[in-house]
Amino acid sequence: MRALSFFFVGMLFAIGLGISGMTQPTKVIGFLDVAGAWDPALMFIMGSAVVIGFFGYRHVLRRPAPLLAGRFDVPTRSDIDARLFGGAALFGMGWGLAGFCPGPALVALASGSLDVVIFVVAMFVGFLARDLVGRPTAPTAAARA
Amino acid sequence: MLEPGSIPAALLGGAVIGVAAVAMLALNGRILGVSGLVAGIIAPHSSERGLRALFLAGMLAGGVVVGKVLPGALPGAITSNTLWLIVAGLLVGFGTRLGGGCTSGHGVCGLSRLSPRSLTATLVFMAVAMVTVFVTRHVIGGIP
Repeated sequence: MRALSFFFVGMLFAIGLGISGMTQPTKVIGFLDVAGAWDPALMFIMGSAVVIGFFGYRHVLRRPAPLLAGRFDVPTRSDIDARLFGGAALFGMGWGLAGFCPGPALVALASGSLDVVIFVVAMFVGFLARDLVGRPTAPTAAARA
Repeated sequence: MLEPGSIPAALLGGAVIGVAAVAMLALNGRILGVSGLVAGIIAPHSSERGLRALFLAGMLAGGVVVGKVLPGALPGAITSNTLWLIVAGLLVGFGTRLGGGCTSGHGVCGLSRLSPRSLTATLVFMAVAMVTVFVTRHVIGGIP
């Protein structure tokens, strides 16, 4: 059941990204281009996802445990350090260059475009580069245990 | 027909993203953060590689569904400049791991939890992405 749930949540999430417009880099760049012909559409993605997430999370976290796991494993850190700033800034630069963040890039692999494959391979090299030089920046409770 | 990239599509797609994030917490007790989940497939210190790989497989399968039902939603990459794509991919990969999350983990899930770390990260990556687009579009005049 857990295995199926990971697969189907990934699939649902990917379909949401595809419907939303996040898998169209020109739309993403249009949203980020506040000095040009700004396209506000993508703001509504975050808005609608966060409203559902906020109420859904509050509801779910009132339960004693998740349905398929022993306990909730959500981040507990609240400190704001240089890695958070630096990492977010590097990510923002890459996102602005290509119009892809990780999820939409993975969904866009289905386009069959070699350019998307090149981006995704480089992204995995970036993941690995960071994970080889240091432990995960925000380890979850389970990863620490 | 729902036009990919329109405001109604953004609202609907965002709602589906939100439902997926809530489902991940309700079922498995976890945050739906793509960079963390997927990087953990190959990271040297990781756990549950199989479940992470299944999540990735689900995303790829979802992409195939999107491609069949809404072909306009998957136009490919913004450029065929290989060096540009490699630099962007490296920055996205390294940056999301260093900062502990991306648009899904910090943006959607973190803001839903009202996490100050995630709010900070989201404001920083949004602002830097906007500056980056400003420089590439209006200073150097487009992607080479």
